[in-house]
Amino acid sequence: MSNILVFVEQFSGKVSRASLECVGAARAAGGNVCAVLAGAGADGAAADLGRFGAAKAIVLGGGEASSDALAADVAAIAKEEGAKAFLCAATSAGRDLAPRVAALLDSTLFSDCTALSAQGDAFTAVRPWLAGKAIATLTSSAPVFCATTRPNVFAASESSGTCAVVARAASAGGKAKVTGIEAKSGGKLDVKEAPVVVSGGRGMKGPEHFALIEELAAAFGNAATGASRAVVDAGWRPHSEQVGQTGKTVAPQLYVAVGISGAIQHLAGMRTSKVIVAINKDAEAPIFKVADYGIVGDAFEVVPALAKAVRELKAKG
Amino acid sequence: MKIVACIKRVPTTEAQVKVSADQKGLDTAGLSWMTSFYDELAVEEAIRSKEKHGGDVTVLTLGPSEASKDVREFLARGADAGVILKDDQWHARDARATAKILCARIQKAGAELVFLGKLATDRDNGAVGPMIATMLGWACVTDVVALELNGTQGSAKRETEQGIETVAFALPAVITCQKGLNEPRRANLKGIMAVKAKAIPEESFEDVPNQQQVQKVEPPPARKAGRIVGEGAAAVQALVDALRNEAGVI
Repeated sequence: MSNILVFVEQFSGKVSRASLECVGAARAAGGNVCAVLAGAGADGAAADLGRFGAAKAIVLGGGEASSDALAADVAAIAKEEGAKAFLCAATSAGRDLAPRVAALLDSTLFSDCTALSAQGDAFTAVRPWLAGKAIATLTSSAPVFCATTRPNVFAASESSGTCAVVARAASAGGKAKVTGIEAKSGGKLDVKEAPVVVSGGRGMKGPEHFALIEELAAAFGNAATGASRAVVDAGWRPHSEQVGQTGKTVAPQLYVAVGISGAIQHLAGMRTSKVIVAINKDAEAPIFKVADYGIVGDAFEVVPALAKAVRELKAKG
Repeated sequence: MKIVACIKRVPTTEAQVKVSADQKGLDTAGLSWMTSFYDELAVEEAIRSKEKHGGDVTVLTLGPSEASKDVREFLARGADAGVILKDDQWHARDARATAKILCARIQKAGAELVFLGKLATDRDNGAVGPMIATMLGWACVTDVVALELNGTQGSAKRETEQGIETVAFALPAVITCQKGLNEPRRANLKGIMAVKAKAIPEESFEDVPNQQQVQKVEPPPARKAGRIVGEGAAAVQALVDALRNEAGVI
């Protein structure tokens, strides 16, 4: 069993779901998982990792919120632990960290993988190219196989094992340091991580009508709002909501596309969603070609009715 | 200040791509190409940095001779020089090899500030920028949506799932650009005429072998055919029933 080092993100002592999935991916590839955690609350989060299959967790104490300093520590640990692979979730923190760790290990990186496997120490990655217009199966001759795992794709593993927690002092001297964070208002879910995404397009006719999209997202309870490139370019919605090839690639359990025609670059960003629902006035819209369920109709009638029906269903439980 | 903006030639976002017959790559015949969307932001921010703080901007690309068209466009917009590291296999290089090759040329240029897109929209790795910074021992801020420079000090805002982070750094630095950072300008007629006949120098470079091996490339799995459950608000109940009972997602 090869040693796999996983950088695990935690927030106030709670391990992120994307990181648990990443640990799950490492376990499923047959790895003996050593986790690295950092930041306030990391001790508590580390102690909990045993039940998700990590054998060991190294907690970096006293770090300075610098990605480059963190990368230096993680790369040093990878060498000390004799790691054959380094993984983290393809979140903004993970995508920022992983290339630095890979470079320090003189290894290339496979970002945003949707499948991983290993035969002994030989790892294979599957990852989308062109936001999913093609799917590549890749191997590497790198000294350490480095990859990030796409959120919502891998299953977290359950285990009855315990995790040995080791403290380690974080190194200082970061070249770029985070000095503040302006948290999102109202704890809004990110479109990349939410289990349900409700997206609006040009068919919403104006920014003021996105209240309907938000109402439907609120009805689901666990949904984020998304948007097509056309409405982001028009300034109706923030670019952080854009789904598609020059926005975010999402793979939620349920993707609801409202008033989105389905340009190739949008389809590339959402076509791996588990279930796709399309609501569009135009029965010929390309979005219906990838949708599991479609309603041909006016979003202004269908969306409020759907929100009401979902609310009633959720209230019944 | 020497500023370098790295760009990559990629298939257009509208392109429907086909897998090559040997299933090891893409069929590039008939593909239309563009500068990766985020790299346009990188060049724009490089030009704005020059306009505010002085210096000159070199547009650097690892790519084919045809990339001269892309480079010339950015010269017309205000970049000062362009360099093509001529490579017909640019799209098949792994992130580490690309970063190493660019690194050597960035060092030769004596650059202090390097801009790239947050990822290239063909391989979507988003690795080359931070790899270059790490290889050079420089600061790096990724996914930047706002940038301020003050002498050799900089402050950048980066987009994360939790909110907008502010990051302080010192030059030399690599910045990767996210949508929202700027609106790229269009070239004006005067700029276009000035660079129309300009030859873009092509250079060779010391090769770096790939670590990545492509086993297979496939089209994405086709989605199972779906169905229209009905028309208008009357169809909502049927949809909700299907989502609960068939799909099990609510």
